[in-house]
Amino acid sequence: MTQTITIDPVTRLEGHGKITIQLDEQGEVADAHFHVTQVRGFEKFSEGRPFYEMPSLMARICGICPVSHLIASAKACEAIMSVRIPHTAAQLRRMLNLAQMIQSHALSFFYLSSADLLLGMESDPAARHIFGVVAAKPELGRAGIRLRRFGQHIIELLGKKRIHPGWVIPGGVTEPLEPAKRDEILAMIPQAYADIGLALGAYKQIAESFKAEIEVFANFPTNYLGLINEDESIEFTDGALRLIGPGGHVIEDGITANRFTEVIGEAVEPYSYTKFAYYKPLGYPNGSYRVGPLARLNIVSSMGTPLADVELAEFKQLALGPVQSSFHYHHARLIDILYGIEKIEQILTDPLILDKHVRAIAGVNRLEGAGQAEAPRGTLHHHYKVDENGLITWANLVIATGQNNKAMNLGVLQASKHYIKDGKFTEGILNRVEAVVRTFDPCLSCSTHALGQMPLVLTLVNSAGEQIDQLIR
Amino acid sequence: MSPTVDVKTLTIDDQEVSARAGQTILEVAREHNIDIPTLCHLDGLSDVGACRLCLVEIKGSNKLLPACVATVEEGMEVSTATERLQKHRKTILELLFAERNHICSVCVANGHCELQSLGQSQGLTHIRLEYRNPELHVDASHERFTLDHNRCILCTRCVRVCAEIEGAHIWDVMGRGIDSLVITDLNQPWGESGCTRCGKCVQVCPTGALFDKSKVGSDHPKYPDFLPYLNLMREAQ
Repeated sequence: MTQTITIDPVTRLEGHGKITIQLDEQGEVADAHFHVTQVRGFEKFSEGRPFYEMPSLMARICGICPVSHLIASAKACEAIMSVRIPHTAAQLRRMLNLAQMIQSHALSFFYLSSADLLLGMESDPAARHIFGVVAAKPELGRAGIRLRRFGQHIIELLGKKRIHPGWVIPGGVTEPLEPAKRDEILAMIPQAYADIGLALGAYKQIAESFKAEIEVFANFPTNYLGLINEDESIEFTDGALRLIGPGGHVIEDGITANRFTEVIGEAVEPYSYTKFAYYKPLGYPNGSYRVGPLARLNIVSSMGTPLADVELAEFKQLALGPVQSSFHYHHARLIDILYGIEKIEQILTDPLILDKHVRAIAGVNRLEGAGQAEAPRGTLHHHYKVDENGLITWANLVIATGQNNKAMNLGVLQASKHYIKDGKFTEGILNRVEAVVRTFDPCLSCSTHALGQMPLVLTLVNSAGEQIDQLIR
Repeated sequence: MSPTVDVKTLTIDDQEVSARAGQTILEVAREHNIDIPTLCHLDGLSDVGACRLCLVEIKGSNKLLPACVATVEEGMEVSTATERLQKHRKTILELLFAERNHICSVCVANGHCELQSLGQSQGLTHIRLEYRNPELHVDASHERFTLDHNRCILCTRCVRVCAEIEGAHIWDVMGRGIDSLVITDLNQPWGESGCTRCGKCVQVCPTGALFDKSKVGSDHPKYPDFLPYLNLMREAQ
């Protein structure tokens, strides 16, 4: 008899999703899917709005990474305005984006995943959360909370609010940086270095004990996409996209925002509201690729900052060519954080950062524009069309989670096949299947409201739709 | 010989006050630092009594009067903040919020909006009515300004300032009741109207319905205080 195992909702993710695992007559895994079950409609209801309203409107998509949406959206608007923003404004935005990357990565690593990593995949689910981590490893738990606060506090200082800050507008930012705020951020940096050092050390110690998970957590060759500078160093805010193949060779370089739709398509699968992005010349699903921390480290040859470069060199030792297991997203995330702290320090020590000229002003000079940036979880692309008065007639957003969608689905299948034998499963196995998705840190509804203790019901259903077994936690 | 000043004495919230005949209750109340909430009223413009937020109670009458247009009378006993009035004011605000699409979080006037401030000062926490969610358009045809009907509360300040102060009378109202819309010329796009581009309508608009294109984000404070000064200087000429 065939069976379907449903994990609904998947816990410790941003947003609502569910996993279904289909078993064949012998109780072996036949197929598995990760479903995103919400539809939001931002692209539709932004139609008719003035384009310069888009950054603040689009930022409402997500409470975790509003800044990435702000920046990608503002850049799309600047393409419509045909302006190049002042250097200081570009640097201030870069800092804001890095601050957000740091806080979001801290959230993913410490709040959502560290319980699996530090307490164990099989540990008591009742204590498998950030509070459990703080109780078991107080120093590490505090470091994680401090790192998130570091990022959030910078966002608040610059944008006046931690969640959904304003400040970033088409043409630049609304006001220059005050010296007192610069000094306040610089004063927080030594502690941030200490915290990320502690986290990297702890991670490397425990990673040894997860060899089995590393083998089956979406561990397969794929393409990788991410922003990169001309000198092949990592980039989060400007630069152009590079796509590499499973062997590490460059498939295409210099994909600017206005060329994105030329090379990237979006496929639709009936089981998910999230689309599946792919590289058009290779078709779907062969052209599927991964984005985010792992992809970024796989495509770059340097970080461009001294401490992160040392860590990158060590990371690259994990594999010949691209590092393929999604378990290593966790490691890559911590290196991203270290880079972010270093880069923020560099940006703030540039005397031009206090320059008062931070905004370019223009009207509608083109009827179409696209912008891209690296969100913490991967490449984010905004594309708008406007009428001659600047009212939006069409909008399309390609988010990181859509670009990782195929790999997440295959990863869930890979782990399910490995762990579920003869139709039997335990809570720990179930948690491992969820943990595969967590490595990608997907942002499903792009909303922060569904964290922590959510009820989870796993149901075994036979081919006639009758319930055979149920596990509730 | 100076004309005799006709003085009326009355009480507002049990405070004895004196006023000149012909003064409105609102004027006298504000002279004595008694706060009455208003929305369509603006110092320097004629009053139309449209929003009904300034309703007050007069002892001996069951009828509520709009303080912006009701004139003082000898011996009047006015109450400005009874429970009944507060309930009505809240309901009026709820009706305004439910009527069109007021999304403060993404509005250019967020933090500088009179409707939003009134909602806060009147203790509005919920809208008990169903939102109408009408489909309304945005007119961005003007070179400098934008009109968003979604945020318009039909206070007609723009209509009055354009006609009375600028003397252009580009703005007017079309339609009936809840379907009314402010229009430029005879419902032509604002950018193609005879607009003088003075921007007074934008400065007096209490919400984000009329706004300057160069102001984005939540970055649009408005400065309607110029009106009484402008009137004073014109009278002096």
